[in-house]
Order: sequence, then structure tokens, then C-alpha cells
Amino acid sequence: MSITRREFLQMLALAAAYGAPLGGNRARAAAAASNLYDLPKAGGNVTFLHFTDCHAQLLPVYFREPDVNIGLHAARGRPPHLVGEALLKHFRIAPGSALAHAYTHIDFEHAARTYGKVGGFAHLAALVKRVRAQRRGALLLDGGDTWQGSATSLWTRGQDMIDASKLLGVDIMTGHWEFTYGAARVQEVIAKDFAGRIEFLAQNVKTLDFGDPVFKSHVIREMNGVPVAIIGQAFPYTPIANPRHFVPEWTFGVQEEALQKVVEETRKKGVQAVVLLSHNGMDVDLKLASRVSGIDAILGGHTHDAVPEPVAVRNRGGTTLVTNAGSNGKFLAVLDLDVRGGGVKGHRYRLLPVFSNLIEPDAEMADTIRRMRAPYERKLSEKLAVTEGLLYRRGNFTGTIDQMILDALMEVKGAEMAFSPGFRWGTTILPGEPITVEHVMDQTAVTYPHTTVTAMTGEAIKNILEDVCDNLFNPDPYYQQGGDMVRVGGMRYRVDPTRKIGGRISGMTLNGKPIEPGRTYKVASWAPVAEGASGEPVWEVVARYLRSKKVLRPVTPNRPALTGVTGNPGLSG
Amino acid sequence: MNELRRSFLKLTGGATALAVVTMAGLLKTGQALAAWNKAGFESKAVADVLKSLGATDAAESKDIVITAPDIAENGAVVPIAVTSRIPNTQQISVVAEKNPFPLAATFDVGGGGEGYVSTRIKMGQTSNVWAVVKAGGKYYVAKKEVKITVGGCG
Repeated sequence: MSITRREFLQMLALAAAYGAPLGGNRARAAAAASNLYDLPKAGGNVTFLHFTDCHAQLLPVYFREPDVNIGLHAARGRPPHLVGEALLKHFRIAPGSALAHAYTHIDFEHAARTYGKVGGFAHLAALVKRVRAQRRGALLLDGGDTWQGSATSLWTRGQDMIDASKLLGVDIMTGHWEFTYGAARVQEVIAKDFAGRIEFLAQNVKTLDFGDPVFKSHVIREMNGVPVAIIGQAFPYTPIANPRHFVPEWTFGVQEEALQKVVEETRKKGVQAVVLLSHNGMDVDLKLASRVSGIDAILGGHTHDAVPEPVAVRNRGGTTLVTNAGSNGKFLAVLDLDVRGGGVKGHRYRLLPVFSNLIEPDAEMADTIRRMRAPYERKLSEKLAVTEGLLYRRGNFTGTIDQMILDALMEVKGAEMAFSPGFRWGTTILPGEPITVEHVMDQTAVTYPHTTVTAMTGEAIKNILEDVCDNLFNPDPYYQQGGDMVRVGGMRYRVDPTRKIGGRISGMTLNGKPIEPGRTYKVASWAPVAEGASGEPVWEVVARYLRSKKVLRPVTPNRPALTGVTGNPGLSG
Repeated sequence: MNELRRSFLKLTGGATALAVVTMAGLLKTGQALAAWNKAGFESKAVADVLKSLGATDAAESKDIVITAPDIAENGAVVPIAVTSRIPNTQQISVVAEKNPFPLAATFDVGGGGEGYVSTRIKMGQTSNVWAVVKAGGKYYVAKKEVKITVGGCG
């Protein structure tokens, strides 16, 4: 029941003309929303457009931002570890406004029905064109996680996104989930599809044998007479967070020293601005910015943080701006740099939400998407069940959609417990909407979708939870992988994120009884990273489960009891 | 260039290539064996390793750089490189604190040689890796944590 662009604008006009039919704050905020895309004149002579982690969402979607994104130690209460009202307060965003809806989970269902869907490549393309018309020579950077996250991208091995990226006019990209199609596929796309069109950069991917570079580390481009360097940084923990066997001959890592060398090399060649297109995740980028000098801005992704303003980080060479541009095609970032006298003298940054109802879609892109989807449309649109509750994934510990997957795994596989990976991608479904095959694929489309049922000891379960929890809450960002906590079905537990590995998880119970370290439990799971794993694809398990239900009652996510983090600004309510 | 190097090795086979190098006298395996620290390699605790090296009073040094992954991609072969910028570096040892036998390697650096070594070690669990450097008759140490994780989740 979302309103159309025309209705929306009419409402705004009415609100402006007759005082507040939408309610005081609401009217002002809505009026402001209509001006979202009237960007001021370029704040400099160099512009980078940046989107990241679109996860193959070609069409507009709903995407609910997290209500739990806990930051600890130096990261406590600082971007990106702010949610809900704490985020609005920090960035001085009016509650109830379109921007408040874009950046937070607050009142999600109601706001989503008011403001409509977000993203979509046809809308993104129109916005890119509009900004490019104002800012000549602007470069469009894609932070990666572009080829994965939808049915059509999986079924075409990323081809739909590769073609759409070319049409969108992406100049430069780096990667992460791209690698899960295998090393050969990535190299094939770079050699054939991207040749002369899109540069794929990654300074931190080397061969295991001699440490030779696999990809170009950087490119130097001239924008309005200003030479600038763009360096690529792929996700450093790809072979750990995803199956190693997809890239068996490559090694990743943050590789600070190699990065510093590339920065110095480009500076020697006379570039006047250096930008890192990064898939490190924001916490890793913030640490990196404090230790590597000579980078003017890090345009970041991976952790899916929609951070309205850059964080300025001091280092021995000066200051580096660190950004993170959200996910699912929901945002387009515009960074203007004022480069004079051989260096960056000023900047202006906008993280623009892509409200699909406010942007006239680009006809050529819309048509291309329609054609690409046509062979799959029937399969994609199969309605499996209707949801009564809001279904979403994002959050440190649980999401309702993960709970649905866990419930499906336990019921279909006859397991007493289930694990589901703490992925941060996956779209949101509003109450009353049908859950389609496409929706299920939005949550599960990976190249290693097998479900497994394993007999695990209580001790092994505890060790896995501790291990994953440390990947999320280790005090040193370089030991974090940027995903969320593994979702757990059946078993209850307590977690104190402030403790060290081995001491965070406690109070594990199943059906009210304590988990025994020596007893074995039947655990269903999916997305195994081991080579040679097999099992029914998870989307089939979930589809079967939903077909049998027809109506999905609202689910209560199995959120662990949290201790040690009361009052944390990364925790809502 | 690099492709040429790789083709050459494929052609000759890794082992053959190494044999050629050894015969050419670039690697003096006999020399390394002569200095075998039996007690050190059989020690089960870092304290005993340090004792065997005579390094119990080793001072922390910022002139030692350990290059190792923050999170290992494969615990069975963790690449560790140590650079010592301390003048007159004579010996570099690599110690994985929580390994059952912590001392993984000891390298003697010949007179005037560069204080740089690179190796691969096996690690079963998250642990500090120590670089113990002997230079000018004194001992110095640096540490870096290498995390071993079950993986998954992105």
C-alpha cells in the first residue's frame, strides 16, 4: 500500500501549503525529503560516487536497518555503532523524517508503508545520471558484494549484475562475495566483460606461492585536471568467512605495509588525492586509517553500515575520512573533494537514500532488468506463504527471517537445534505480503547452500558460539570479520560481549535443561565452508516449510539474554 | 617475469628446483643442523624454550617486525616472516606460544646477513607468536597474535 511518487509529492505540496496534514515534524521532514536530491553545487573539483554491498538487488526492496549493532571499548557509542534514536541524535536527524527512516529501524513497518521501497538499479541509474550531470568527470565506485544476493545473480553466475554494472557506468570495483563464484569466474569477467570498462582493483590479494599480485592494486585517473589515485581493498578475510576452496591459490589479509607502499608510489607519481575503495568493514577501516598515512578518504563497505557522515581519523600523515555506504542499493554516496595546491583542502559528503517513489526510474536500465528477469519471472513470483509479521535479518544476534529459516531447518530436518549464518544481507518483508521464491532466495542465494545435520557435543556447540562471537566482539578490529552472530534455533543462551573469548557464552539450555558438554545434540545448519559438503539446498527446505504453512504467524526471534551492555548506544530500547 | 618463474618451477618440479639450489651451495643444510637446539625443540612451554635459547631476560623490541596474518587462512600452514632491524642480528627464533611444542624454528643469520626470515608454521589454536632475536650477544623479543577460527559467516 505504498504511495506513488506523484501522490507523495502531492501530499508534500499540501503539507507545505496548508500547514501540517502529516503532523508538525512529519510535514517539515517530508518537505525536506522532496529536496533530498537537489544537491548543492559541487563542493570541489573532484567527485566520487560510491555504492556498496548492493547484493544483487536490481529491483527496489524494503531494508530494515539494525536495532542491535553493539560497539565496545573505543568503538562504544561511536559510528557505526549507533542505532535508532542514538543515531538520530548523533547526526542531528529529525525523528519521523524520511532520513530517519532511511538510517534507522524505528517504526519500520509504518514508515516503510509511507516512504515506500528503496534502491533498485533503474532508480540508482537515474540518480547517478542526475549527479553526474552536475559533477563532470565524477567516478562511480562499487565497493563489491554486487554479484551475490539474489536468485537471478546466482542462476546467471553474476551475469545479470555484471551487465547491469556496465550499463550503470561503474568505473571501478573491488570484491568479496564475487569470489564465491570461484577464482576462474572472477578472472573471466575481468578479462572479457570488464575489459576497457570496469577496473577490478584489490591490492591485498596475492598468490599463495610467491606473493605475486592477482589484481591491479590501483589506477590513476584525471578528473578536471586533477590526477587522483584509487586503490582497491578486497574483503581481507574472504578465505576464512567463505569457503577457502573457491580461491585455493590466493591469500588475502589487510596487508597494511603493502598498502602504504602503493600509497607512496602513487604520491610519487604526483597524484593530488588518494582514495581507498574498501571492503574491509568500517571498524577495520577506522583502525587502518589510524595506521596508514597518505589516504584522503576510505570509501568503505562490508559491514553494511549506513553512516550519514564520514568519520575523520588522525594519523601521522594528516587526516583520513572513513565512510560506509549501507547496503542493498539503498544509498548512493557523493563525496566532493576540493583539491587545490597539490592536496585536498576540503570535502562535502552526502549519503543519499534511494527512495524509489521519489525518483523516476531510468528507462533503459528498467528495460534491461525486465529482459534479464523475463526467463525467471514465473519461478521467482511463486507465492509460498503470507507473512503476518515483519520479516527482517539485520541485527547482531537475531532477525525474524533467520528465525523462520531456523524453524524450517528444525522442523523439516527433525533437529532439536539449528544454526544459521550471521549474514548481513537479505531484504525485508512487510506484514501481509506474500513470501515468494524470490524473497527466500534473497536470504539464501549462495554457491554453497547445502543443509547439514550433525551430531555435536555440548562442548563443541559452546566452542563454535565463542568463536563466532569473538569474530564480532574482539576488542581489536583486525580480529573481527564483520559478520553478525550465528543465529541459534532451539537453544537458549546468555552472552556478555564485553568478556574475552571463552567467557562470553553462558547459561546454554535446551527445553529448560542445561546443555551438557559431553552429550551430543542433533544440529541442523546450512552454508558449510568445508570442501565437498553436500545436502539439500536450504532454499528448498525453507520453501517446503512455507508451502506447508500457507500463513506464517509472527515469529519471535530467539535473542540471547544480553549482559554487560546495558545502555549501550548500539542497543535499542 | 613472474609467469616465467612459475612456468620454470612447474617444468622442473619444486623438489628438483630446490635440489639444484642446495647443490649450488645457496642453502647450507648441514650448517643449520649443526646448531640443533634439542632441548628447545622438545620444550612444552615458552619459558623452557627461552631457557634453552638463553633468552629468559629478552627485552621487548620495536625493531622486530613480525609479518603474519591477523586471522590465519589455514592453520596448517601459517606464513610467518620476521624482520629484525637490530644491528648485528645473529639468530631469529619463531615461537608459537600455545603450540604443544612452542619452538617452531631457529635461524642462524650469517655474519653481516640481513635480519629477515620467512617460514610457515602449524598452529592448532589462537596464540601469540613470538620472534626471539639474538643480536650483539643480547636477546630481544616481539609478539603478535594470530587467530585460528572455525570460519563461516560473512
